[in-house]
Amino acid sequence: MKPAPSIIFFTVASGAGYGLLFWLGVLKPLGILPASSMFSATAAIIALALITAGLCSSLLHLGRPERAWRALSQWRSSWLSREGVAAVLTFLPATVFLIALAHGENALMVPSGLLSALGAAVTVYCTGMIYASLKPIKEWHHPMVAPGYLLFASFSGVSLLAMLAIFWGGGFFPALVAAALGLAALMFKRAYWASVDATPAGSTRESATGLGFIGKVRPLESPHTEANYLLREMAFRVGRVHAAKLRSIALLLGFALPALMFCLAIILGGGAAMVLGLLGAASAIAGLLVERWLIFAEATHTVALYYPTQR
Amino acid sequence: MTSLPTPTPGARKLGLVIDLDTCVGCHACATNCKEWNTSGHMAPLPDHQPYSAAQEGVWFNRVHAYEAGDGDEGRTVHFPRSCMHCETPACVTVCPTGASYKRAEDGIVLVNTDMCIGCQLCAWACPYGARELDEDQGVMKKCTLCVDRIYNETIPEDRRVPACVSTCPANARHFGDLGDPNSDVSKLVAERGGYELMPEMGYQPVNRYLPPRKASSQVKTAPKEAGPLPSQITNPLLRWMDKVLSR
Repeated sequence: MKPAPSIIFFTVASGAGYGLLFWLGVLKPLGILPASSMFSATAAIIALALITAGLCSSLLHLGRPERAWRALSQWRSSWLSREGVAAVLTFLPATVFLIALAHGENALMVPSGLLSALGAAVTVYCTGMIYASLKPIKEWHHPMVAPGYLLFASFSGVSLLAMLAIFWGGGFFPALVAAALGLAALMFKRAYWASVDATPAGSTRESATGLGFIGKVRPLESPHTEANYLLREMAFRVGRVHAAKLRSIALLLGFALPALMFCLAIILGGGAAMVLGLLGAASAIAGLLVERWLIFAEATHTVALYYPTQR
Repeated sequence: MTSLPTPTPGARKLGLVIDLDTCVGCHACATNCKEWNTSGHMAPLPDHQPYSAAQEGVWFNRVHAYEAGDGDEGRTVHFPRSCMHCETPACVTVCPTGASYKRAEDGIVLVNTDMCIGCQLCAWACPYGARELDEDQGVMKKCTLCVDRIYNETIPEDRRVPACVSTCPANARHFGDLGDPNSDVSKLVAERGGYELMPEMGYQPVNRYLPPRKASSQVKTAPKEAGPLPSQITNPLLRWMDKVLSR
């Protein structure tokens, strides 16, 4: 599949934003985070800014962005529609949560925080299910895809929260969670790749043409001499040449380095922790951009079976 | 509404039956499809850079060619590919806007281009590559099964078939109700062992493909060497001999 920059930015930015909102909503009522309302409001504003920027970016992928409101109508059948509805609904408790945090309204903060966390989790789950529900793409139609979106959003969110909490002098717990989730994400992604690599494609040229009863099927002639929408969108294979290196970069930058930096930040503390927290969060986001690019670039669509192998 | 219509027993399932034995790969179906549909229900079918290198455009029907098998059993098969008008089309259910829909009365899968937002999720969801983006309008386009021909009372009744079917010079394309076991197309499918593509996807495509017939057992004797034509024999005596002996 062709990596669409607007969608890569959307899932990484909104994912991190929803992750941050989730952890803020859950941890703030527990009193584990710095008490400063400045800290809480800053974190909530960053979360909502990331979410909004991501959602706006997703509109750039549409052929008719001005009709985007129509996407809220088919939540009965469509995961994309459910994602839209969940995203819009999450803004309601999140706005209340932001106001409650800024004014230190504890009574309002707890329910709105928990509802925001729930909305964030549901929205990211819907995002994951958009991909996981697509049968023609075996790398996406996989039981680890939707949990993966949840895990990576949760990890990048808590990384941002840890970075901010370190600035306000109370980063121990979020940094610990970030390091743990970083390691979990590392192992999860490796397990996903191992599973996908070991899964044979469900469809073949033989089943796509039904000519397998004669023998091996080889494409002889394309229907057209030039490219077309299908080839550009669904037979993109550039990424696979460098897939092994990019996988290592994603694991290292996205998960291993941040986990290490947050561990060091806990140990060292002080000014060094602030620098490490910033670098850890930045590294996590950069690594997730690579990971998200690979999700598209490595995905194979059954349409490509009809065409000669593309480079 | 992108939820699928509730299937009713005996419901009409209009679709195509494509005979891979007789298809000669002439692309007439694809060409006539483009010609009809560029001014039809889902018009236009845009072309980009039509008069220079890298020209491309939206087509509802594309004719591939494959080699299958090896040696004497090997075959070259021409293979038209278009929308299967599936019974459980994920292209419809993934649509967030309700622009994609499956008609309850005849099973045709259509796009309302006035509602489509061009998110392209339907193209990702289709295993067969039946949906293409109209980059001029920013909306998805697909085969309509010539819904504007098959019910069109302004054209003679015997011509109310999809454009691809009406134009096929090899009679390799058939149109009809595959939900009715007694229809001509259903009988043809039963007789020839017609099959669906990628059944493992579970989309329950309606269109059927008729497999190439087995090649007749070939006579393995060497071909007879052709003699010269009488006009090529200049010697009159030899020409007379050739004429006598050829009787």
